[in-house]
Amino acid sequence: MSDQNTKFHAARWNEPLIMELSEMGARGIKPPVVDDEISNIVGDVVGDLPEGARRSKLPTLPEVPQHRVLRHFLRLSQMCMGFDVATDMMGTCTMKYSPKVHEHIARSSKLADLHPLQNVKSLQGLLELMHSFNQMMCEVSGMDEFTFQPASGAQGIYTNACLIRAYHESRGELDKRNEIITTSFSHPADAATPSVAGFKVITLMPGEMGFAEIDALKAAVSERTAGLMLTNPEDTGQYNPRIKEFVDLVHEAGGLCAYDQANGNPLLGIVRAGDTGFDMCQFNLHKTFSAPHGALGMGCAAVGVKSHLQKFLPRPLIVRDHSEGYFLDYNQEDGIEKIRAFVGNVHAVLKAYSWMMSLGAEGLRAVAETAVLNNNYMLTRLRELKGVDIPWPVNNYPKLEQVRYSFQKLFEETGITSHDIIDRMVDYGVQHTMTSHVPMLVPEPLTIEPGESLTLDEMDQMVKILSNIIDEAYDCPEKIKDAPHNASTTRIDADVSEDPKCWAFTHRSFERKRTAWSADDRTKIERHGGGY
Amino acid sequence: MEKEAGFIHPYVPNAAPEQRRKILDAIGVKNPVDLYSSVPEELRVSGLLNLPEPLESEHNLRDHVEKLIAKNQSTKEYLNFCGAGCWQHSVPAICDEITGRGEFLTAYAGGTYSDHGKNQAIFEFQSLIGELVGMDVVSTPTYDMGAAVNSALLMACRITKRRGILLPKSIGSDRISQITGFTKPVSDIEFIDTHPDTGLMDLDHLKNKLTKNIGAVYFENPSFFGLIESRGEEISELIHAAGALMVVGVDPISLGVLASPGDYGADLVCGDIQPLGIHMYAGGGCAGFIASRDEERFVAEFPMIMVSIAPGATNDDFGFAWSTMQRTSYDKRHESEDYAGTTQWLWGIGAAVYLSLMGPVGMDELGRGIMQRARYAAEQINQLEGASVPYLEKPFFKEFIVDFSESNKRVSEINEMLFERGIFAGKDLSSDCPWISQSALYCITEVHGKSEIDFLIRCLKESLS
Repeated sequence: MSDQNTKFHAARWNEPLIMELSEMGARGIKPPVVDDEISNIVGDVVGDLPEGARRSKLPTLPEVPQHRVLRHFLRLSQMCMGFDVATDMMGTCTMKYSPKVHEHIARSSKLADLHPLQNVKSLQGLLELMHSFNQMMCEVSGMDEFTFQPASGAQGIYTNACLIRAYHESRGELDKRNEIITTSFSHPADAATPSVAGFKVITLMPGEMGFAEIDALKAAVSERTAGLMLTNPEDTGQYNPRIKEFVDLVHEAGGLCAYDQANGNPLLGIVRAGDTGFDMCQFNLHKTFSAPHGALGMGCAAVGVKSHLQKFLPRPLIVRDHSEGYFLDYNQEDGIEKIRAFVGNVHAVLKAYSWMMSLGAEGLRAVAETAVLNNNYMLTRLRELKGVDIPWPVNNYPKLEQVRYSFQKLFEETGITSHDIIDRMVDYGVQHTMTSHVPMLVPEPLTIEPGESLTLDEMDQMVKILSNIIDEAYDCPEKIKDAPHNASTTRIDADVSEDPKCWAFTHRSFERKRTAWSADDRTKIERHGGGY
Repeated sequence: MEKEAGFIHPYVPNAAPEQRRKILDAIGVKNPVDLYSSVPEELRVSGLLNLPEPLESEHNLRDHVEKLIAKNQSTKEYLNFCGAGCWQHSVPAICDEITGRGEFLTAYAGGTYSDHGKNQAIFEFQSLIGELVGMDVVSTPTYDMGAAVNSALLMACRITKRRGILLPKSIGSDRISQITGFTKPVSDIEFIDTHPDTGLMDLDHLKNKLTKNIGAVYFENPSFFGLIESRGEEISELIHAAGALMVVGVDPISLGVLASPGDYGADLVCGDIQPLGIHMYAGGGCAGFIASRDEERFVAEFPMIMVSIAPGATNDDFGFAWSTMQRTSYDKRHESEDYAGTTQWLWGIGAAVYLSLMGPVGMDELGRGIMQRARYAAEQINQLEGASVPYLEKPFFKEFIVDFSESNKRVSEINEMLFERGIFAGKDLSSDCPWISQSALYCITEVHGKSEIDFLIRCLKESLS
């Protein structure tokens, strides 16, 4: 295996803020000039604006020549560890290769320069693609229809909560059915979004196997139960084998079951939400289906429902009329209110469709199995390292696509936290991993999900890096405490961004507040968390 | 599992037989299926899914998908005059260059050190929007403008501890739908009438509605119908005197020439950044923002990730951190009043590039040019037999209503006739704004020169005759 990463140093351009690059009079681009004939006819329209409507002085935007703007943002891009340039095993994020060919197709004006409300006859290619993908997703999930309107996993889960609300409302039961049940190791959005939708949320805590037990569910289920919303496998990589009983119990109580498949990568072609009895589900096309993560979006959640919930899907629906072709049905009827503008992030849909078309059924299954194989390979190697534990030792089931490791022993023996480790990882030229979502039930957690894209050599390098860091924790912990050393910027004073007197979310605020950075009465934070 | 041979594919290297064997040996299991023992047999798919035969070669895949989308006609082929929440503007090549960079495109949840450049680019986005809207705090990008408005309205209700929200009737039906769905568990919405003389909010009606239950008043400037509100200060005084907060929705591309909402008393500002260098993508280009003053009580209520600058280890060095994550649903879970997640950061980076390129003079020239072109088009259309532009004498930006009711033709018919002539016409308002008779919303931007506008006028004339 290559040892290239021990000599890594990130690009460190010391690139100033764009405002600091401003030179009076410089132009980055010129908009098209108005035809003289138009100006002659209408005059200076802005000059005719009433006092309160006109801008009093030009906005204080920077004046920067074109190549310098390009250089500025290219340098920033070079100080960013996308999957294209660095190994990324961020747990719960399903990092994988986003095929370049999809990007090149999606840049076509045939997709990029479509208006959502242009005559539907001119959108037939897009609607056909989305309609076909809808059918493919139904096959993957066992659902009967999908919407691609939500732009992220969280918004997809929120959509599920709204569907549950609409269902009970339509039956006149929303007043009494106001509770959603989730689990502590489901994504925070499974607890947060039903709360936003107006539900009371009950969170089941894990039993000794590391997932919620059936008795805990029995105690929580009642005539007030509106639904169950959870991931499986959970963010720990553990699949709850009694999931069918969970679903049945909630159904018997009159609730609906929503399967958050943000962790669906290991189950493609293996398990279908519909076969398990779920009424609805959502997949993250920007994770499992290879659409790029976009530096935190543009994502897309595919939300699927069984036929009894079809009427509640948000409008418009894509409908095929065998004589007329495809059209968008805006008829509101029982549909829930709009989740996102228009029909959603269609570029993510095109990329997910392309990915599935290039893999087929056998390929999808190979993706799932390989993600599980790679994860178990990492687990086999990492469990041998000093100071590392696998939580819930009584749970002998193999993990699926990720593992939430505990570095508690390492912390007790060296004082190095999991947050210290992730800062140090960057020095080795890899993206850091995730610690854990809240609640942090696993002490000193690191959640690692290798996915199906990486090679054995890349996985071995990651093991070597973590092994090196563990050695450093015992031998020279200060080297980790001061890390990173070779990153794109030096270690920051992170108290500043937590302190209302100091934080600055814009350049104008920064200029006003930076003097407070050296004040004596600054808020000191004992211990910074990390890893969302 | 059935096939010991494995699966050879460029995207899944370890599915190949040799690699698979190495991994199985290292783990100490015989077959991948052994790793699924937690999944009960009866829940598993037997055999393979019924999916289309794969197109394993890149060439064949590309051919297939490109032929599919070739069935679309884009706004590069047809002349487009439709806006209504997603607008055709010129996209600088450098915006595409940067948003296409793999380092950004395939980044995700990295932090201060691994994704320094991503965080700085988003901080630049926040800074540049802050200058446009006249606010010190700007959020990371939201899903779209509707999502920004949703969050801002509930922020205002939490800050004022009041349930009431006032919306003008003159906002788009999709946005009303978004707001209603999102806010209904915790808020009550009431509507303010539109004054028939101005097409803007009826301020007498607003005064009557401003009870002590009202926490937030929202209006758009320009309005959904393109009309410019010049009474911002007066409105803000009314709202503040009633103890409510003023939430203003803007089109950021107008702010080179139109008053900055921070200057007329807005407490929270929202908008869509799609006009700022982002392709429309049939609506996939939409993304939003929220801005406020730098007050702790405001910042505490922002639901999303917020990127703050922070000092580095040496002089003049700096970095960026996700600030006060305890505000967000990542920490609050079941106690959340709003939710955070992956949104549309890549488009935020694109908008930062756009505003850096345009600079103050570019935004001024662009705004002026759009207003001149739109006025020219509206005046020409108004002269056509069977078409009129209500509120033509009032100031408007980029969009305006065309009333076809005197033509005795339905908008849908007119739009079909224009389509046959290679034009995507303005949005038909008669279906979802039933109080407006046969009318359409037309959009004119810098992509429309005199010849394009004159072609529209000719085709409209033919369609109306």
